[in-house]
Amino acid sequence: MADRTIVPFGPHHPVLPEPLHLDLVIEDERVVEAIPQIGFVHRGLEKLVEKRDFKSYVYITERICGICAFGHSLGYSETVEALMEVEVPPRAQALRVIWHELSRTHSHLLWLGLLADAFGFENLFMQCWRLRERVLDIFERTTGGRVILSACNVGGVNHDIADEDLQGIVLVLEGMIGEYKTLLKTFMKDRSVANRLRGVGVLTKEEAIGFGVVGPFARASGIAEDIRTFGHGGYGLLGSFEPVTADECDGYARCKVRGDEVFQSIDIIKEIIQKMPEGEIMTKVKGSPAAGARAVWQLEQPRGECFYYAKGNGTKFLERFRIRTPTFMNLGGMVHTLQGCDLADVPLNVLTIDPCISCSER
Amino acid sequence: MSAVTKSPWVLHYDASSCNGCDIEVLAALTPLYDLERFGIINTGNPKHAEVFLITGSVNEPQITVLRQLYEQMLEPKVVVACGVCACTGGVFRECYNTLGGADVAIPVDVYAPGCAIRPEAIIDAVVQGLGILEEKRVLLAAGKLEPAEMPPLPSAANKTLQGRSVALSWKDAIAQAQESSKEEPSEKEAPAQEEK
Ligand code: SF4
Repeated sequence: MADRTIVPFGPHHPVLPEPLHLDLVIEDERVVEAIPQIGFVHRGLEKLVEKRDFKSYVYITERICGICAFGHSLGYSETVEALMEVEVPPRAQALRVIWHELSRTHSHLLWLGLLADAFGFENLFMQCWRLRERVLDIFERTTGGRVILSACNVGGVNHDIADEDLQGIVLVLEGMIGEYKTLLKTFMKDRSVANRLRGVGVLTKEEAIGFGVVGPFARASGIAEDIRTFGHGGYGLLGSFEPVTADECDGYARCKVRGDEVFQSIDIIKEIIQKMPEGEIMTKVKGSPAAGARAVWQLEQPRGECFYYAKGNGTKFLERFRIRTPTFMNLGGMVHTLQGCDLADVPLNVLTIDPCISCSER
Repeated sequence: MSAVTKSPWVLHYDASSCNGCDIEVLAALTPLYDLERFGIINTGNPKHAEVFLITGSVNEPQITVLRQLYEQMLEPKVVVACGVCACTGGVFRECYNTLGGADVAIPVDVYAPGCAIRPEAIIDAVVQGLGILEEKRVLLAAGKLEPAEMPPLPSAANKTLQGRSVALSWKDAIAQAQESSKEEPSEKEAPAQEEK
């Protein structure tokens, strides 16, 4: 048996956009054990509900994570609405779906770019980010922000989108599809990409169920599970759709699932724009959450199922607010894929779960 | 002007941001403004970088990381705090695990506010930083550059430096891994005996 060495990985590492530390115990080139160490991004946002009233806390939830910023404000708003039994106007719900799906598109394009960067395909990285800018342009046009949108609020949304702008969104998205297909073809068909991704970081279906992984990571292991299909909130307005899955269980499958989900998101946006209800975009929320009231909510974030819990105490401050984020669930699976892989594959294995450390640590 | 100030390389580190500012830093480098055409390249290696872009507020474990990265960068160097979090702590200021902006850990030259910071603001800040970089370069060439003064460590972080600093932790990890590989069999036996 070769000697064991420990290679520290992170918190600063070129492929990691966020600080995460791994102690990799290696034998020759093979990783025998990966010991994660987190805590670099912990800020203590859940505790902040005691200092911000429930209406201003929505702006804090957006800053839990800047990539799925809209998703977190949506999840929080829906949880508080469930807590206070607020009816949200249908138009607001439909607008929320549009922004949430646009966030998913932008998040997946961002991830595809980072993946290309991780295996050294610089050009592809740039192309993905170039395409992503179009989605950010839509955000900027409809809300004024590029990443932090401040569009969602308890009771509805802050901005309406005019009908011409809705048609404009469809035009932009349709214009993207052609270029996106070429881009995705490179990911799916290019030999060097396939060499890098196929068979890397395999997590079988049984293991995926055992570790309780969620989102595209689980769907790439053949688990057809997507919270959107439950029809919560604005997703109830949609016809039925199937979760995108793949059976290869490796890095390539995760790339495929996320790649195809972009098409799905674009279809959802087009469908909801066709069915766009008329009317108000905001219900006035009066009073505060009742003492002892509790609510839970699930939401499909770009990275998977996110679980929210809120408890009121009769004042305008919440007693407790809790989030269980998708990356938190996926870290176990990630550490498992790292065991027994080559040292050179570690960055890819870490990246293919699309980790969002600032969500998980809050 | 020398190559250093004409095409500076940047090092980007996320101190504990929400990612909003990080993706804007990357957006400034990618085709939106395409800073790479000016030779501004994002590098992962602190020894190659002249401009240090920090996003996010700073908490205890980050202080050692930031200081190490800063010390590994060669002179002349400038530090740019990107986003209101890195300037003052921003929305996270009142959180229990946030000490403040980037200047808690290392000296900062340029403050660029915004939440999330816009790519234009980043470019503006870096251009401002290049002026400072040029000044420092001239001073360095004349042998007159004094190293910037480090901010005093918050008392809580002193403990971190001695005890569980990141630089030390991997040595501890080796010791732990070696111990655990010895202990493993006995650990497995123990619960079995209890069951009996
Ligand atoms: S300044 Fe705003 S966008 Fe930037 S890291 Fe802080 S909270 Fe996030």
